[in-house]
Amino acid sequence: MKQFSIPAVLTVTLVTLVGISLGEGINLYWQDVIMFMGINIILSASLNLVNGYMGEFSCGHAGFMAVGAYVSSLVSVALFTQSSLFGAPILSSGWAVPLFPLCLLAGMAAAAISGLLVAIPSFKTRGDYLAIITIAASFIIKSAIENIKPIGGARGFMGMGQVTAAMSGTADLPWMMFWVFLGVVFTIWILRRFVSSTYGKGILAISQDEIAAEIMSVNTNKMKIVAFMLSSGLAGLAGGLFAHKLGYVNPGSFTILKSTECLVMVYLGGMGSLSGSVLSAVVYTLMLEILRFVIPWINDLLRWAQLIPTDYQVTQIWKWVLIPLLLVLLMQFRPEGIMGRHELADYFPWIKKFYRFR
Amino acid sequence: MLLTVEDLHANYGTIEALHGISLHVAEGEIVTLIGANGAGKTTTLHSIMRLPPPEAPKTIKGDIKIQGESILAIPTHDVVRKLHVALVPEGRRIFGNLSVMENLTLATYARNRNDDLEQDLDQVFTLFPRLAERRKQRSELLSGGEQQMLAMGRALMSNCRFILLDEPSMGLAPLLMQELFKAMRQLNEHGMTILLVEQNARVALRFAHRGYVLDTGSIVAEGTSDLLLNDPEVKRAYLGG
Repeated sequence: MKQFSIPAVLTVTLVTLVGISLGEGINLYWQDVIMFMGINIILSASLNLVNGYMGEFSCGHAGFMAVGAYVSSLVSVALFTQSSLFGAPILSSGWAVPLFPLCLLAGMAAAAISGLLVAIPSFKTRGDYLAIITIAASFIIKSAIENIKPIGGARGFMGMGQVTAAMSGTADLPWMMFWVFLGVVFTIWILRRFVSSTYGKGILAISQDEIAAEIMSVNTNKMKIVAFMLSSGLAGLAGGLFAHKLGYVNPGSFTILKSTECLVMVYLGGMGSLSGSVLSAVVYTLMLEILRFVIPWINDLLRWAQLIPTDYQVTQIWKWVLIPLLLVLLMQFRPEGIMGRHELADYFPWIKKFYRFR
Repeated sequence: MLLTVEDLHANYGTIEALHGISLHVAEGEIVTLIGANGAGKTTTLHSIMRLPPPEAPKTIKGDIKIQGESILAIPTHDVVRKLHVALVPEGRRIFGNLSVMENLTLATYARNRNDDLEQDLDQVFTLFPRLAERRKQRSELLSGGEQQMLAMGRALMSNCRFILLDEPSMGLAPLLMQELFKAMRQLNEHGMTILLVEQNARVALRFAHRGYVLDTGSIVAEGTSDLLLNDPEVKRAYLGG
């Protein structure tokens, strides 16, 4: 029974998600929230590999996400749609469903390669330089995209809506929900396999003591590059899903603010905890949405109490005051994040009876 | 000759830490390097391991050879993996965030894919039964002596035939120290070559076959342990009269 529990849970979740989206058990708004949750899980879990498990500090995750978003969009638009950039579709729209994973894979590969280009010069040095170099790299990526006119420059790139439409033409299912779900499962599976293997333990060894790791014949430079490529590749996957979910991308989505959100999720969840990253991505996404409702209430309350001038409105901008404030409080009262370095099963050992993770 | 160090000069930036030392270690020998703080003992070991700066000296002149081949161009992880040299570093430097078992299995990095680890694990656990009892514990929770055992066990798991020990007795209770030296003696009887760096010169010389005395970057005396133990100069400076 143990070996079937995880596939069973995943299948049930997938069927439920697709089912309620299809039967309109939840409206489009909540479907969007769930998909953003999934994308955020991929982002936080993948960044956790570098910032949590390996103990380095990368803060340009949005840059790699952008590479993945644009490359996978370009590939899918060229393959399946009529566009001004590529002309007639290369393949018929029936291929959109089976070949969509390949488009995502292309985005991942491109993001991983850009990760490699960043990693090689930055890991020659030691210490905090990675933070600086990754910020710089994400700015370079963003302004490069802004200045490539054929893909829309600062206005952004469109056409992915037709790709998802082509998929719906094959079968009328909530395809993006399906792909996001698969992306999350793939990400968690590959990261869990990686960090629990002896090979991946090299990463934890590096985070603890680089010299000692080298003495244990861990090729620290190579290991760091492997981990960084995996992390940026998965960010590219998140980017690809993000682009196809929205139907368009523009460079403005991949600013330093996005990278900061990824960092917030990692530290909220706990460095070096995958279940923490999943949990924090869910909590963080919900928090953003809840504030959307709560802020007007606050406005009404303050108006009623006559604490704000009559011509002032408490707007959604206050979100960016309240969320950082929560982070400050978190650092004060639980600096290790929700889960610390632990996984869910460390707190609730009985869970282990029900699964075997492979 | 397993290890030959020829006229080694080592620089940390502008400061020269070693002023041309030469030493050699033959297969199956226990050799000790004794000397005061700052004499260059650890620098010598780090140079042999080819550790990157700042741990090791920035520039090296002279030559270091393992079985006659210069190793100056070989990175640390390959010194461990391909030349089967292991270092038990000063202050142990175990991976506190990993369990005892995980610390030991990390050694698979130094091994071929299909190597049988079981036999080596057995060897480590017979040598240090305490590690077997604590195999699932996070290693930062071990006592100092147990951590030193783990550091040694970890080195042994890397399939080494030549082990460099940096101050293994530091901060250990005398009883634990005896246990540790007994284990090292056993290893040597099974063919392990040992280069031991120690501040506790008396213990080190009683344990080793030969010794070198290092003073501010130069070798000032060398010879068999008996010779050094009875040398009036060594006695006065390092053995307390």
